[in-house]
Amino acid sequence: MTTAQSIITIAAVVAGTMATRFLPFLIFPEGKKPPEYIAWLGTVLPHAVIGLLVVYCLKDAVFSAYHGLPEIIAIGFVFILHKWKRNTLLSIAGGTVFYMVLVQKLFV
Amino acid sequence: MKRKAFQAALPHTVPIAVGFLFLGMSYGFLMRSKGFSVFYPMLMSLFIFAGSMEFVTVNLLLSAFQPAYAFFLALMVNARHLFYGISMLGRYRNVGWKKFYLIYGMCDESFTVNCSVTPPDDVDKGWFMFFVTLLNQAYWVTGATLGGFLGYVIRFDTKGIEFVMTALFVVMFLGQWEESADHRSALTGLGCSFLCLAVFGSSRFIIPAMALIILCFTFSRKKEDRRGEV
Repeated sequence: MTTAQSIITIAAVVAGTMATRFLPFLIFPEGKKPPEYIAWLGTVLPHAVIGLLVVYCLKDAVFSAYHGLPEIIAIGFVFILHKWKRNTLLSIAGGTVFYMVLVQKLFV
Repeated sequence: MKRKAFQAALPHTVPIAVGFLFLGMSYGFLMRSKGFSVFYPMLMSLFIFAGSMEFVTVNLLLSAFQPAYAFFLALMVNARHLFYGISMLGRYRNVGWKKFYLIYGMCDESFTVNCSVTPPDDVDKGWFMFFVTLLNQAYWVTGATLGGFLGYVIRFDTKGIEFVMTALFVVMFLGQWEESADHRSALTGLGCSFLCLAVFGSSRFIIPAMALIILCFTFSRKKEDRRGEV
């Protein structure tokens, strides 16, 4: 990708992100009540989107040589670490280091 | 007035500072390890200012040039902001020019503080929310920039560092799982996504997955409504 293409890609991401932030204020100005269906989607969608993002992270690993095995092991590690210490940052840092060791030493 | 609002806002953002500096640094470091100059994490954290999407954008920049796909992916990944916005329609009213920045900087954490904390009576509500948002963004941009610079100084084998994004989402998933008793929404997200990944392949599963998720929700709601009438 050239620098110009990178800038256009980033601009597209900015536009998409800002659309999600500004749209409600443009559609429902001053005291207009959003429909019940939209408000309800707002309560259930966030949970599903996180699930989608987890799968997004694994999308290429599934089709690789190890079929996502190192990723599954590392996710198991994050799960146990998180259940044990309940420290978000520790779970993220510990899981990442664990995965890096896995793919650099074991699954090369 | 501003000073008072700043002093009221600061303590609410301290826990966020720790998280944002750490995650921002990992993001900046990740970008540097993929060969981008420090200006990328700095400007992307400033202009996009949506953590998960910035991590996703690293992948986009490393693959083929598809701006329309990037736009729609940003819409999907950030769709939750639509619902934050709907919840904040009332609170962001009557704050003048600051409203523009409050909407622009409405990340998960600023939303959480601004929708759950009511400042003391003698503190201006608009300035309070403004400083919460501004401080949070300052932490994130500082972290991302620092991480980018660290990438020049510290050298080690960074293979596998992109797992920081997976770990982040897994921890968020676990947190949400424990918070709510109803896991159908989370399972719908996982199930639909895996199904679409298997059917459509890794490069084009996101949009069908999102559509399927919304379809499943809409269908189950209709069914529940009908049950409610009987």
